[in-house]
Amino acid sequence: MNLDRRLLLLLREHPLPFVTAVVFGAAGGLLLIVQASVLATVVDALFLEKSGVTDIAVLLLFYGLASLLRAAFSHTERSAADRGTLRIKQTLHERLLHKTAALGPLQTRSVQSGKLGATILRGVESLDAYFSQYLPQLALSLFVPLCILGAVFSADLPSGFILLGTAPLIPLFMTLIGKAAKKATARQWNTLSRMSGSFLDVLQGLTTLILFGRSRERIHSIGEISERFRHATMSVLKTAFLSSLALELVGTIGTAIIAVEIGLRLMAGAIAFKPALFILLLTPDFYLPLRTLGAKFHAGMEGTSAAGEIFALLDRPEPSTKGNNTRRAEPVRHSGPIVFDGVSYTYPGGRDAALKEVRCTLEAGRCTAIAGPSGGGKTTFGNLLLKFATPSNGIITCGGKPLEEMDRDEWLQGISWVPQQPYIFHATLRENLLLAKPDATEAELMQALRSSRLENLVHSLPLGLDTPAGERGARISGGEAQRLSLARAFLKNAPVILLDEPVSHTDPALEVELLASMQSLIEGKTSIIIAHRLSTIEHADNILVFDRGRIVQSGSHAELVSKEGFYRNALLSIREESAA
Amino acid sequence: MKTIARLLGIVQPYRWWMLLAALLGFATIGSGVGLLTTSAYIIAKAALHPSFHELQLGIAAVRLFGIARGGLRYAERLVTHSTTFRILGRIRIWFYASLQPLAPARLQRYRSGDLLQRITGDIDTLENLYARVVAPPLTAALVSLLLWFLMGTFSPVFSTALLCFHAAAASLPVATGRLNRGTASRIVRLQTELQAETLDYLQGMDELLLFGRVNERRERLASLKNELLRLQRRQLLIRGAHESATGLLMNGAVLTLLWLLAPQVNGGMLDGVFTALIVVAVMASFEAFLPLPDTAGHLEESALAGKRLFEIIDSEPEITVPENPEPFPAQSSVSFRTVGFTYPGTSRPALSEVSFHISEHEKTAVVGPSGSGKSTIANLLLGFWRPAEGAVSVGGREIGTLDPETLRRRTATVTQHTYLFGDTLRNNLLLAKPDATDEELKTALKFAGLETFGERLDDWAGQHGMRLSGGERQRMAVARMVLQDAPCIVLDEATANLDAVTGRTLMESVRRFAARKTLIVITHRLREMETFDRILVMDDGRLRESGTHRELMEKKGLYASMWSLQHRPETASLTGNGI
Repeated sequence: MNLDRRLLLLLREHPLPFVTAVVFGAAGGLLLIVQASVLATVVDALFLEKSGVTDIAVLLLFYGLASLLRAAFSHTERSAADRGTLRIKQTLHERLLHKTAALGPLQTRSVQSGKLGATILRGVESLDAYFSQYLPQLALSLFVPLCILGAVFSADLPSGFILLGTAPLIPLFMTLIGKAAKKATARQWNTLSRMSGSFLDVLQGLTTLILFGRSRERIHSIGEISERFRHATMSVLKTAFLSSLALELVGTIGTAIIAVEIGLRLMAGAIAFKPALFILLLTPDFYLPLRTLGAKFHAGMEGTSAAGEIFALLDRPEPSTKGNNTRRAEPVRHSGPIVFDGVSYTYPGGRDAALKEVRCTLEAGRCTAIAGPSGGGKTTFGNLLLKFATPSNGIITCGGKPLEEMDRDEWLQGISWVPQQPYIFHATLRENLLLAKPDATEAELMQALRSSRLENLVHSLPLGLDTPAGERGARISGGEAQRLSLARAFLKNAPVILLDEPVSHTDPALEVELLASMQSLIEGKTSIIIAHRLSTIEHADNILVFDRGRIVQSGSHAELVSKEGFYRNALLSIREESAA
Repeated sequence: MKTIARLLGIVQPYRWWMLLAALLGFATIGSGVGLLTTSAYIIAKAALHPSFHELQLGIAAVRLFGIARGGLRYAERLVTHSTTFRILGRIRIWFYASLQPLAPARLQRYRSGDLLQRITGDIDTLENLYARVVAPPLTAALVSLLLWFLMGTFSPVFSTALLCFHAAAASLPVATGRLNRGTASRIVRLQTELQAETLDYLQGMDELLLFGRVNERRERLASLKNELLRLQRRQLLIRGAHESATGLLMNGAVLTLLWLLAPQVNGGMLDGVFTALIVVAVMASFEAFLPLPDTAGHLEESALAGKRLFEIIDSEPEITVPENPEPFPAQSSVSFRTVGFTYPGTSRPALSEVSFHISEHEKTAVVGPSGSGKSTIANLLLGFWRPAEGAVSVGGREIGTLDPETLRRRTATVTQHTYLFGDTLRNNLLLAKPDATDEELKTALKFAGLETFGERLDDWAGQHGMRLSGGERQRMAVARMVLQDAPCIVLDEATANLDAVTGRTLMESVRRFAARKTLIVITHRLREMETFDRILVMDDGRLRESGTHRELMEKKGLYASMWSLQHRPETASLTGNGI
């Protein structure tokens, strides 16, 4: 029946609109019976009693009034259901937004972020039909046929038994349909999405096709693929539609049986014309709600499957939020050394610890370089420093105060961070910069652009700083995005800086300038640089070499060079490469 | 409306299928009308206690209509679905065929996956074009016509009166469409905005946290959602009103006809036995008008989707295929004569006064900082863009006079990003040489250093298939290049995304293969420059220097300074070397 317990719990939060919808729907159903009765009386009066227009005028007026009322009721019913649905969608949407914030960046920015987005955007929308159509219809398809059945029984017993006898066929066929429809809709949906998927593939690869001089030939194969999909789907639909054929037949044949049965009994004088017409008028409406429910079955199914995704997301365990929301949090300090004391961290679901027993001190006002192979723990170190994750073991302090007990937002206020792949928001370049300092003046913006060597790029754009960025706007290259992030760091001018140095070197001359400008940014601040360049490391006050989650070497450049180990080996291989 | 007409023009080859589906839809509702009218007739007649055989015909008709309605509905659903799939296929073919000559020059703006996805989304929206936009009014018109004749057998007054109510029901979508005008497009706009903002919220979460903007963003998202819900509710309210109004019109028609028919029955002009029949016929006919509220909404949606597609298609192609292309030259030399070029929408020329000649079998490197015009040279050479000034020629013939497809088949190109289709490895390779045997494919793979792939030709590659590493993708590109066996090879930053070791081995295989071919390598990494016959140094759209590595180093100009900058140990990458 597609009744998801947790979806029904949502109903309990906003019950009034749905109760209203069902009450008015039911009242509409009762009016339907009244209308049929009036109509039967009018026709009987005209046909058999040869009444004049004036005799039936009152009845016609009554019929008109009932029609108006029914229209008003059905409108109230629908609008109430829609109102309730809207509230539920609103509630769920807000809950999902809060939840994703609570899950934190490590989870939202993971590979699955596309899926998260789909759940928030489409999942909530696909509940619409479930609440606005399926559930009210479910209630009505129980109530209205029962009322009609009662009315028919009171008018004529045999006809009532015929309806009662054929009605169970409908739920029977419906379960059959349910199974077939499930397969058919899944198949149909699959076909459509595969068709559009394969078409998207061709569009994305269009330049490749052109490069091989094969783009014109593809026209033909697109047609072939579409035809193939069509044939495959149609063969499934042919059987799937059979069950709805059966459902339709129950309705029409039921009507036919009633017509013949009362016709014959009428002839024999066993029933009067008026109740006979009354029953005939009601018979289609007896089957209709059940058939409509069959049509809404799809909405019910889609709703429960969307609910599965939504609740799976809402139930996801949140990372430890120690100190993130505590009221009596420690006052935040950004001055003083940052100390990692025996810090270990294992990612949720991960087997091995990403950091193991890390002990180090990041001196205040000094520059610490982090080096080591990828997967060595450099990024995890940064995540812990940013409080995106909380240590599984050990403690991090800044100026003697434990990081755990500080409010995350306040702690982050004092940190600038330039990630390896900064995110560019779907907004203008200006808005992307102002994120770091909402009240920045034009002069400050320009200074930040100059410092991050973005000035020329911005000047070359026709709209300058007001050019939209992100996917919909100008295409910002990876290097440019990182310079934009650097400009944000210049604007924020925080006392602690975490910098992930760019790896790619598109333009050597630009790179030399950038390195110099980064040096000026970190001057006098507590800075941590995840370094990829020898020159950066050489300038650092202290170097930490990470490998497999541990700090394997530390010290100044001079110290490390003189010692046998990881650092010196790597250095030697660079010398060889550049000499080549 | 113009958009819809244009769309209908595209799917016009399926007009007979559409007509058949509409006729079946009409016949379905028609049998519904038939079932109820004959039923009403039977009981009315029976009330007069006739002999049994007078009812026999009616009873047979009731059975017939009862079964026909189910069968017809089944046939209608099948034909409608099949037609919908046909129409979708046709629209895809049409769109691709119109898009293909515009690529890649006119599609630069649409490169991002997001926009391509929206195109396919728009095409999927047109799925409703037939079943929900075209078919319902057509069916309603046919049913109305049937009732016109049916009522006409009793009295022209009846048929005219009913026609008025049908016309009113048919014009309701126009009214609701007007009330809802713009709502659909506002909804689409809001949805796009909501999508971008949600992506920002999820993927930019770390930076939002960093700048303390999570709450602000969440509130903004919630208010966007509320705005969207408000619009959707407005749409639903209007739709609901539409449905209620259709119900009212039906009851109005019943009342009016009863009012008109009463004096006629009384006066003996009309047999009273038909009273019930007329009433139920009127009621049953309105079934055809029930899907119309949907039509108005889908009409606007389809028009919007169509408009966006036409906007893309309606641009002028950059390159036109010459009517009588000259035969392709046997020689594979390349020359640029005072070529100047500016990309549309930019003010700075990408190339100005660039002249050079590359002889057959010469090995040339094109170097320079990013944005210096290196890739534009490849774009012009492949005929993607037409030079604004000067001329580009291959084997002494200007490329504008050659067939562009032949030009591209004779110029093998490997770019930075190799696209693999969601298809088998074999089909991805056959792109380069459709008639290649499996043996040839295996040889090419072996040459590219992908021997192991030779046994996996039927494995699925691309998005939903095996995940190929960057190095494997580029090797696939080299295998394609080998298969293509073109006299001229262009590498455009082909190894830029690869680590030093992989890049070097890849270049070695290319160089081995290109021994007797013309080779042009575009790169910003100055590696193994001694192996080139000539190096063209680009800067700011101009050709600054050219010569061999030794000559250029001695010259101590731009090239020499770039080289020494890249080969300083300080700027060397630690990551590339295993630290």
